[in-house]
Amino acid sequence: MKELEQSESDLIAGLVAIIRRDLLLAWKRPGDAVNPLMFYAMVCTLFPLATGPSAEQLLQYGPGVLWVAALLATLLALNGLFLSDYEDGSLDQLILSPQPLPLLVLGKALAHWLVTGLPLVLMSPLLAMTFSVPSNVMGILMLTLTLGTLSLSMLGSIGAALTVGLNRGNALLSLLILPLAMPVLIFGARTVSLAVAGDATSAGVYILAAYCMFTVSLSPFATAAALKISNE
Amino acid sequence: MPANTLTELLSASGLRLFRGERCLFENLGFALGAGEMLLVEGANGSGKTSLLRAIAGLLSLDSGVIYWRGQVTLQNRQALCADMAWLSHRLGLKYDLTLVENLRLDAALRGLVRDDDNEVLDRLGLKGLERLPLRALSAGQQRRVALARLVLSAARLWLMDEPFTNLDTAGQLLVREIIERKLKQGGVCVVATHHAIDISAPTSRIKLR
Repeated sequence: MKELEQSESDLIAGLVAIIRRDLLLAWKRPGDAVNPLMFYAMVCTLFPLATGPSAEQLLQYGPGVLWVAALLATLLALNGLFLSDYEDGSLDQLILSPQPLPLLVLGKALAHWLVTGLPLVLMSPLLAMTFSVPSNVMGILMLTLTLGTLSLSMLGSIGAALTVGLNRGNALLSLLILPLAMPVLIFGARTVSLAVAGDATSAGVYILAAYCMFTVSLSPFATAAALKISNE
Repeated sequence: MPANTLTELLSASGLRLFRGERCLFENLGFALGAGEMLLVEGANGSGKTSLLRAIAGLLSLDSGVIYWRGQVTLQNRQALCADMAWLSHRLGLKYDLTLVENLRLDAALRGLVRDDDNEVLDRLGLKGLERLPLRALSAGQQRRVALARLVLSAARLWLMDEPFTNLDTAGQLLVREIIERKLKQGGVCVVATHHAIDISAPTSRIKLR
């Protein structure tokens, strides 16, 4: 029993160490994290300017635009998830570390979400105002985006792992991930639309939460397997 | 299972690896006990790195078995990884982080708490560079950081791919010295190099063509 406790605390220490490292790296190179956020902000602010100021119309497609932009911004950031580790040999060290690889890639995906997904969620109410989304919907918007971007970071880590050794893997990454990301987009945007219309939203939130749990629990194993193949 | 597993730490038999059409090595075997070194020699492109990667488990072999402490490495990855440290030409260090941050990460992943960092850094000539990002260090100094990680890892098996690259004469002597020290402590080293190396320890050689 004591041994088990020992190894559990080791696992948590490993997870914390890898998250800490990636956050530190993001802090020292803020450009990589800021780019997708800029993209998100630009799409969401330019859209209303291009289409017209009718509040009714904006409200109709607002949730869809917010969600599509969030999906694309997350995809944009995913390509680099394992790339620098692959290039400088850190990936070898991670694969050969005594910690289980799925745990380490879970840590990397979580750190990635903290750097790109979380700021995106925090920005979203501000951008939603440009679509005149009512303030009582902001809670649902942020909740669904939290679950959605976390799912996308997890799913995306599988694609990033599969394409890490390839030149121009970015296009392939999108192709691999988009079909899996469709449920997130459909349920996310629809749930926000329902909230705008004043309808019940719990079903959509539950589905997104279930999908999020599914990806968090299973994708690290797929990612670890993919990384080992890509790194051969 | 090999006959004398008590004395042998790392052993292999019947290793074969193809890269594309080309056979890099075939029917390769070795056995190393505590304090022994394996020297892998050969020209560029002869498969030295591939052999090391195969021993580490980064590359899957076409056939053959590798044992670490009498256990098949493929089935006991965790046990091997806990005992092994890996040094290659891609150092696996983060150039945006400082030396200490890099070393601390490795220690955390290995579950180590150490307080003799300073002594090791001193020995490797890295004193006073702790606060600089690795990017600001010279190629030789970066390599010394990778060596420091190796020394601090407490691993029993060292896999070293071209450990002398980028190092000055003093640095090359240092590599020799830390390898000798490791072997004296009962470690096992597998070194791939095209440099001449004289180490006062039992050494097996594999020449790849």
